[in-house]
Amino acid sequence: MLEIIDLHAKIADTETEIIRGLNLTVKAGEVAAIMGPNGSGKSTLSYILSGREDYEVTSGDIRYNGESILEMDAAERAAKGVFLAFQYPVEIPGVATMQFLKVAMNEQRKARGEAELSTPDFIRTVKEGAAKLKIDYEMLKRPLNVGFSGGEKKRAEILQMALLEPKLCVLDETDSGLDIDALKIVSDGVNALRSPDRAFIVITHYQRLLEHIVPDTVHVLYKGQIIRTGGKELALELEENGYADIIGEAAE
Amino acid sequence: MTLQANTRLTAAETALVEAYNTQISDLPGDADVLSARDRLLDDLKTGGLPTRRIESWHYTDLKTLVKTWPALEGADTTKVLPPMVAGSSVLAVLQGKADGARADGFTVSHYRDSLSDGSAAARLAAASDDDAIGRINGSFVRDGFVLEIPADAELEAPVEIQSIHAGGQAHTRFPVKIGAGAKVVVIERHIATSGDEAALVSSVSDITVGEGAEVTWVVVQQQGAADTFLGQVRVDLGADAKLKLFNVNAGGKLVRQELRIDANGEGSELTLRGVNLIGGEQHVDVTLVLGHNVPNTSSTDVFRNVVFDRGRGVFQGMIKVAIDAQKTDAKMSCNTLLLSDEADFSAKPELEIFADDVVCGHGATVADIDDNHLYYLKARGIPENIARAMLVNAFVAEVVEELEDEPLVEALEAIISAWLAKHA
Repeated sequence: MLEIIDLHAKIADTETEIIRGLNLTVKAGEVAAIMGPNGSGKSTLSYILSGREDYEVTSGDIRYNGESILEMDAAERAAKGVFLAFQYPVEIPGVATMQFLKVAMNEQRKARGEAELSTPDFIRTVKEGAAKLKIDYEMLKRPLNVGFSGGEKKRAEILQMALLEPKLCVLDETDSGLDIDALKIVSDGVNALRSPDRAFIVITHYQRLLEHIVPDTVHVLYKGQIIRTGGKELALELEENGYADIIGEAAE
Repeated sequence: MTLQANTRLTAAETALVEAYNTQISDLPGDADVLSARDRLLDDLKTGGLPTRRIESWHYTDLKTLVKTWPALEGADTTKVLPPMVAGSSVLAVLQGKADGARADGFTVSHYRDSLSDGSAAARLAAASDDDAIGRINGSFVRDGFVLEIPADAELEAPVEIQSIHAGGQAHTRFPVKIGAGAKVVVIERHIATSGDEAALVSSVSDITVGEGAEVTWVVVQQQGAADTFLGQVRVDLGADAKLKLFNVNAGGKLVRQELRIDANGEGSELTLRGVNLIGGEQHVDVTLVLGHNVPNTSSTDVFRNVVFDRGRGVFQGMIKVAIDAQKTDAKMSCNTLLLSDEADFSAKPELEIFADDVVCGHGATVADIDDNHLYYLKARGIPENIARAMLVNAFVAEVVEELEDEPLVEALEAIISAWLAKHA
């Protein structure tokens, strides 16, 4: 589903290269965890996948279902099924959450040549999705993410993911700022979306999240490269020993 | 008396004086009104239209900006419009002439009758030395409505004043007395039905809010693309009165809207909100002079401006706190989205405080659309143009929603969306 091939990327308008020859393949149905120390390029990778314009790909390619997405802007990628659950969801005063959800869902449908949702269908779908994530429906009448707690913001991200039904879901440190109960709700929400035709890239610092969202593969990102790939036991090894050993091996 | 054009006047000023000389014979008014008109015109003739050298006109040099003084008559195509909020009592002024009116629970008369019988003379004088709008309007005003809302009246339906024209000149005045304890929503619409012919419109609303009254007053300006609009809202706010004043500018070529508000009664509360939508080659100036004249009054003023193309916007906000107006609480902010490289906005907040126990503040911001907001919306599949429109809308919707009056909010949002769809 996703192939990242020898990707090099820098912050636009600077010479600071953050992704330095990254290779990664994620298959449909797979849950791939990306771990790595601070500053290794994890969040940058998520931004580049989603099409954020503050980064510039200097060489390599990102292929999604066999097609390069480098020339597509964020909206086109989203309409094709790429979804980023933000580490820090953005607060947008004046845009009601419901209005935002409706426009996003219908614009994606439009881009795929599907009919727009009727208002009753839309409201029913949102209500059902919100209930599963224990989101108070009244909260969705408020401006997008404004005044939401950290946990509410993360749940709102998962709700958007459930409603937009993407094919490639990138979760950027979805566990940060969550207490145990919220972590459970969010993880259940993600697990409910696992399916043979959907892939997940789960970016995290900690093994804790991976106890709830069990990955098929674990990749260690360091200095803009994947330096080690393994199964779910790799995450446990990292939890035990830290990154030092693996970084040391990679340097040899 | 006949006034001779001064050779130093601009073409527009000369045309203004000639227009007065031509019109004076059929302008309504008794002897007192006529002499008041003559004095106002004389001041205009002596001083000319204000230039940038007069501080309150620094960003809107009327002498340079007013190039022509159109003929009196406009196209005879104006007709009463459906009200913004269904069920409103509509008071229509067509091409400067007050039409029949439906009054439900209040009294209304034609302002031309107050001019003819002289009762309008006393308040025809300019409000201050720099009151060019008052002078122009006072010289030429022909009609309008005089409203009186009885004490303790609670009007369920809004009152909608429609001032409609298509080219030509229109000068209107609306003296409004709102009785003590009354509750009312008034919508004041200035609207052109033809945008091709340049029109010149002046309008003065002279509002007295009685003790304990609760008033929502919404001014919606939708002049045509070639029109000049010189508007003024004067408010005398009584004790414990609550006024929500909303001012929306969504039209006109050259617009100056003055808000001259005096908190004259203790315990009064003013909630002032403004939305200025500016694009094309528009010049839109909102000038506020707010006097806290007695102790224990409060005001919050929030203006949101969006400027596209080569539009130019101006906000001048002066808050004056009198020496014995202790415990005044006044906050003013002016936020602008500049959406093109050639767009321009000047903000001049001023505080003049003579009392020593007050809370006063002001802030002004000018920015482009927040890239993080745009990215977030795009990352959810919303195309850039739609995302930008949503964010601009959100920027102004925030203040409109503060009206907390659903039909009114919806009507204003429709006007704003329609403007943005055309200009964004």
